[in-house]
Amino acid sequence: MNIIIVGCGRVAFTLVEQLINENHNITVIDIDEKKVQYFTEELDVMGIVGNGTDYQTLLRAGIEHTNLLIAVTDIDEHNLLCCVMAKRLEFCKTIARVRNPIYNTETGFLRRELGLSLIINPELIAASEIARTFQFPSEIRIDTFTRGRIELLHFKVTANCLLNNYPLKYIRSRLKCNVLVCIVTRDDDIFIPDINFVFQEGDAIVVTATPADADAFFLKIGIHTNRAQTAMIVGGGTLGFYLARRLSDVGIHTKVIESDSKRCDELCELLPNTDIINGDGMDERLLIKEGLGKVDAFTALTGIDEENVLLSLYAKKISKGKIVTKIKRTYYSAVISNMQLDSVIFPSFLTADYITKYVRSMNQTSDGNMENIFKLENGRAEALEFFIYEPSLVTDTPIAQLRLKNDLIICSITRNGKLIIPTGQDEFKVGDVVIIITTRSRFYDIKDIVKR
Amino acid sequence: MNLFIVNYIIGLVLQFEAVFLTFPIIVGLCYREYQCCAAYAITAVICLVLGFVLRRRPPTADNLYLREGFVAVALSWISLSIFGALPFVITGEIPNFIDALFETVSGFTTTGASILPEVEGLSYANIFWRSFTHWIGGMGVFIFMLAILPLAGAHSMNLMRAESPGPSVGKFLPKVRDTAIVLYAIYIGLTLIGMTAFLIGGMNLFEALTMIFGTVGTGGFGIYNDSAASFTPLQQNLITIFMILSGVNYNVYFCIIYGRLKEIFSFEEVRTYFGIILFSGFVISWDIRHFYPTVGERLRHAFFQVGSIITTSGFSTVDFDAWPQLSKNILVILMFIGACAGSTGGGMKVSRILILIKSVQEELRRIIHPHLIRKKHFDNEVLSEETLRSTNAFTAIYFLLFFVSVLLVGMDELDFTTNFTAVAATINNIGPGLSLVGPAHNFGVYSYFSKCILIFDMLAGRLELFPMLILFMPSCWRKY
Repeated sequence: MNIIIVGCGRVAFTLVEQLINENHNITVIDIDEKKVQYFTEELDVMGIVGNGTDYQTLLRAGIEHTNLLIAVTDIDEHNLLCCVMAKRLEFCKTIARVRNPIYNTETGFLRRELGLSLIINPELIAASEIARTFQFPSEIRIDTFTRGRIELLHFKVTANCLLNNYPLKYIRSRLKCNVLVCIVTRDDDIFIPDINFVFQEGDAIVVTATPADADAFFLKIGIHTNRAQTAMIVGGGTLGFYLARRLSDVGIHTKVIESDSKRCDELCELLPNTDIINGDGMDERLLIKEGLGKVDAFTALTGIDEENVLLSLYAKKISKGKIVTKIKRTYYSAVISNMQLDSVIFPSFLTADYITKYVRSMNQTSDGNMENIFKLENGRAEALEFFIYEPSLVTDTPIAQLRLKNDLIICSITRNGKLIIPTGQDEFKVGDVVIIITTRSRFYDIKDIVKR
Repeated sequence: MNLFIVNYIIGLVLQFEAVFLTFPIIVGLCYREYQCCAAYAITAVICLVLGFVLRRRPPTADNLYLREGFVAVALSWISLSIFGALPFVITGEIPNFIDALFETVSGFTTTGASILPEVEGLSYANIFWRSFTHWIGGMGVFIFMLAILPLAGAHSMNLMRAESPGPSVGKFLPKVRDTAIVLYAIYIGLTLIGMTAFLIGGMNLFEALTMIFGTVGTGGFGIYNDSAASFTPLQQNLITIFMILSGVNYNVYFCIIYGRLKEIFSFEEVRTYFGIILFSGFVISWDIRHFYPTVGERLRHAFFQVGSIITTSGFSTVDFDAWPQLSKNILVILMFIGACAGSTGGGMKVSRILILIKSVQEELRRIIHPHLIRKKHFDNEVLSEETLRSTNAFTAIYFLLFFVSVLLVGMDELDFTTNFTAVAATINNIGPGLSLVGPAHNFGVYSYFSKCILIFDMLAGRLELFPMLILFMPSCWRKY
């Protein structure tokens, strides 16, 4: 695939490294000649010096043969404009990085109206990643896809788990949990369970649910999620804000320590349920006073990597909670992997991973109204994302009345940005985004899911 | 200096040479020259074995930086030439090793300067190998390797940078490998088209093959004693056309292949190149009006010689040493200009000359307006300081090397024209010079010492000076 990347920064570098290995042809554009030169010397790419919003520059980069444009410059508006230009000129797919939280609430609108394929917000991705680490234990592995809308939770049924020898149909009726079991792997056999399925020890299960439902489910089946009840965040930047909001949404009591009093005021307005503490996060006394010793989860999100590392090392000595360290510079990864830090997050790696995942899925999408394909369980199952553009025989009919094919399950419906885990009574409506998980057949259209 | 990776690359190059050496074996078999076949087979086996020995330790890390790239390319070209010279020695047709090396280096660097008074005395396999080295050296061994092997990685660009002619080496396509493949595809395409044209023009297969190798590689080894004089006028004109086409920047062909026809007229360098050819061609054909009776003949000889010299091929249809002084002067100047960057030709390259002229304009303008700020443009793009600096450095080193070489070969006590044009013809990869090294003579007049100097000049000229000169920098060989 031919890919243009506008902006030669850290994310771009990681991204190119990953995409080169998957045999894509990459052209990078940046205004700074030095940066472009660095890229062309270190990586097997073609470099163009120029402005990514300039039509001539895009032409020189070969936009007419390009399948995907990724805009990751420092300026949000620039990225959006680049993508709009590329989209209007050559109808290639486009990905823009947009960091400013102001745009974040409008992501869906922007994406739809400007015709972008994906808008990524590195801080938001990093915040979700940290929040997930706080919420779930390591036994549960989480896969996010379709732009972070839905999470698939992977876990294994153990001997002392309630699910051992438990029939699937009781999950909804007796456990009263609104979770959907999507895929079961038993003895190297992968299938979608039907209503008479009975769990066994050793089954690897993939379920989907809203975060609150997932919590309740794991509590009931006896997998101790050791979910953090309290959290402390040092640094109230954008990432800190996203994380605090996310944590307080799921009911984790959160404290944010921020040294800039003006920023504190802003945060207070934005985060009514969070304690905002104005003080220097590097001050041990302050941290102890605010209960670092008893906190369940701690993360250092200041703008300076060295401070984050030191803070985490200090917190590790005092507290028994989960500790996450955020590092901006990817060069540090070699040194940091030798340190005794629990989990380390590199936002630029996360962003690059996220885009790479999207590019991989793009490779496989063909015509029809399918938006995306995601490989699950080493490619033995697929999650397909459809957008419903027009009324058809599958819309406005309860799912229970549709004669669905075997080996597929309707995993989720997203309507107006709200996630629905469907039951038999739900129905598809025009404008919905539907995710279907299947183990066998390939579908190209949403109408293919019913038997003929 | 990471010698492991350098050894590894030299090993690879030698193994490629072993493959190339099988072609003269085939020719030898066709003409029943079994002794020659044995000589080539022996050399091929030596290359193959030595290649394995050098490659026995695979490189641990792919730290092929610019320095390693330059050294690997320079040493590979030297070893390529040394082993390419062996068959001449083994068959006994060029018994002296230095002579054989001169002939092979002249082949690989697409110079076409010969020490042989009688080409026709050679066996077919040897004649074929001489011409085939032009074809290999024309586009370059490394570009061939990059196209075939998945040596992927940005650092392989350093090999290409060291081998390709021109002030700034760009890529057509994002990947080094794809670029190399496209380059070779154009090269092979040009070869096949040219060969077909030659065959239609009435050459036999052996003539067509060897002549096209020398033409598209801008080499210039003839297969007859009188170079290209014995071919028919039509065949000579065909050679002229393909020589001139081979001196064009390959970017133009790339644009044609990819349908960007509008862009091909925007190359300042190529326009200048054709301008120079037309101008010199017409001036010379006027100047030699007393030598040939018809206008057609004058134009044919003038353009053949102009095309041959500016593309640095070095074929000749007449002994232009006998031409009037003006024509000879033009030809000597053309020797220095050379072909376009990004072609198979040698010389200083038209683009460098253009950049230098622009710098001169700039300096003059600065005297008139001392505070004027202006950027020089080339092909509608601002010339970077980097390109300017490297062009200036190249010019300085080029002339330094040139004059030192003239001084050194001067020890043979030959006349000035001979020495001057001999060095000009080798450093620019042309072939024949004037006077004693003119088209009717050969380089056999020089002593072995001078031949070594000229061998070095040929290699330095082909590899754009820096890779060969860096070998003499002590700091290049330090570990740290």
